Amino acid sequence: MDELNYKSYRIEAENICVDYHGKVALYDANLRLKAGQICGLVGMNGAGKTTFFNALTGFVNISKGKIRINGESLRIAQQDQSIAYVPQSEGIDSQFPVSVWDVVMMGRYGSMNILRSPRESDIQAVKDAIERVDLMEFSSTPIGNLSGGQRKRTFLARAIAQRASILLLDEPFAGVDIRTEKLISELFIQFKNEGKTILLSTHDMIHVREFCDLVLLINKTVVAYGETSEVFTPENITSTFGGMSPDVLFGPES
Amino acid sequence: MDLCFLSTNITSFVADPLSHEFMRKALLMSSLVAAVCGFLSSYLTLKGWALMGDAVSHSVMPGVVVAYALGLPFSLGAFIFGVGSVALIGFVKQKSRVKEDTVIGLVFTGFFALGIVLVSKIKSNIDLHSILFGSPLGISLSDVKQTVFISLLVVILLSVFRKDLILYCFDPRHAKTVGINVLFLHYLLLTCLSLAAVVGLQSVGIVLVVAMLITPGATAYLLTDKFDNMTIISVISAIISSVFGIYFSFWFDLETGGSIVLVQTFIFLFAFLFAPRYGIFKFKKLFSSY
Repeated sequence: MDELNYKSYRIEAENICVDYHGKVALYDANLRLKAGQICGLVGMNGAGKTTFFNALTGFVNISKGKIRINGESLRIAQQDQSIAYVPQSEGIDSQFPVSVWDVVMMGRYGSMNILRSPRESDIQAVKDAIERVDLMEFSSTPIGNLSGGQRKRTFLARAIAQRASILLLDEPFAGVDIRTEKLISELFIQFKNEGKTILLSTHDMIHVREFCDLVLLINKTVVAYGETSEVFTPENITSTFGGMSPDVLFGPES
Repeated sequence: MDLCFLSTNITSFVADPLSHEFMRKALLMSSLVAAVCGFLSSYLTLKGWALMGDAVSHSVMPGVVVAYALGLPFSLGAFIFGVGSVALIGFVKQKSRVKEDTVIGLVFTGFFALGIVLVSKIKSNIDLHSILFGSPLGISLSDVKQTVFISLLVVILLSVFRKDLILYCFDPRHAKTVGINVLFLHYLLLTCLSLAAVVGLQSVGIVLVVAMLITPGATAYLLTDKFDNMTIISVISAIISSVFGIYFSFWFDLETGGSIVLVQTFIFLFAFLFAPRYGIFKFKKLFSSY
């Protein structure tokens, strides 16, 4: 029974620690997410949000703790294309000479042969993904010629083309236009219905209340974790942001 | 009459050097080297490895000297020291609080100094001038074989792993997430860099080989938004630079390496000023509303 329970978690991070050259970025962090759950990752700049993502994608090694994805090791999760990461805008070189099509095709690389030559199914997956983010007319456009919102949608399409069961999104709503924001919101509902697990970092408290079933408040370690309605309280937010009150941070209506 | 005189002049400008065996060889070999360096150049420019290219190309110096002294293929010594310098840079960076660019500068100047000291100490027929500034006109048959072999190897590696390397330069985190071996790609690119530096230094010498590795890519980057086009432009501009550089050096009695790199720099300058979209004068805007 226990084994069954264990396997039912999509993401399970247990007491994970990450340090960069002896400098602790994250310690004793825990997280458990099931299929169809959307969790908000909230914290100050430098609180360890991106580090948390890096640990879950295997981009940095954890110095302590354990990460299981679908009950398996990270290496197997990577081979199975289980995790897709959607970077924040600053995380990529927007002037890199690749087109929307190229970027979305990168979502398929993990399941292609060594030369990464696309099969019919890969081409179809890329087409479908670009259609879902409404960028068909831009598919041959270099990413440098897109708006911030269109670029964000391109990376979402890459995650869709990858057909991952877990989506990690770093600041998906930062710097996007209204149309993109609406499209992302709709996609979230579709993803949830498809049973995908989503972990997203955000600075926007309204988005947390709107989309997230669960919230993980971090400041180098987990400050609070649980259902949004219970955990997302002014007291918890205040302690997450180093003693500053939510009024100061986000205005009185927050 | 004038036109006839001009055309005779141009014909002799082009044809005269070709009557010399050493010039034909120099033109062919330098074009090959330029093509390989130009090919790699698009990756290095986008990865932001200009300083790394400088480091590797200088660090091969002691390797070349030792290999010559021991009668080994100079490319072997150069390759060992090139890769060794990169490993050392990585090690020092990880184990100390000194910043990366400082570590790179520190390690490669150390290796370079070791090379210069070795040349002065090992009494042999090593020509310091040809190592530092290249000697495409005096390339030997065994050097030709090595160069062709290394060039083919680099081109094959870059072609087979082309898409993975583009992804590695663009978004290594995604590569890692989908199970692609990022560490392998890192060392693959470094290996290609070391090998390209080895062949490049014959053309323009250790001091200037970094130009062969970054200038064509930078020029191409100003002219296109497509990676494939960037590679093609980069290779073509590198070959043109080599050919014109050698011609100028023949006719005006210039140092060949310097002449090649100077042509590259001029082509970059031209792109910098007049590139349709990214040049200072943005020609496209003058002709269309786009």
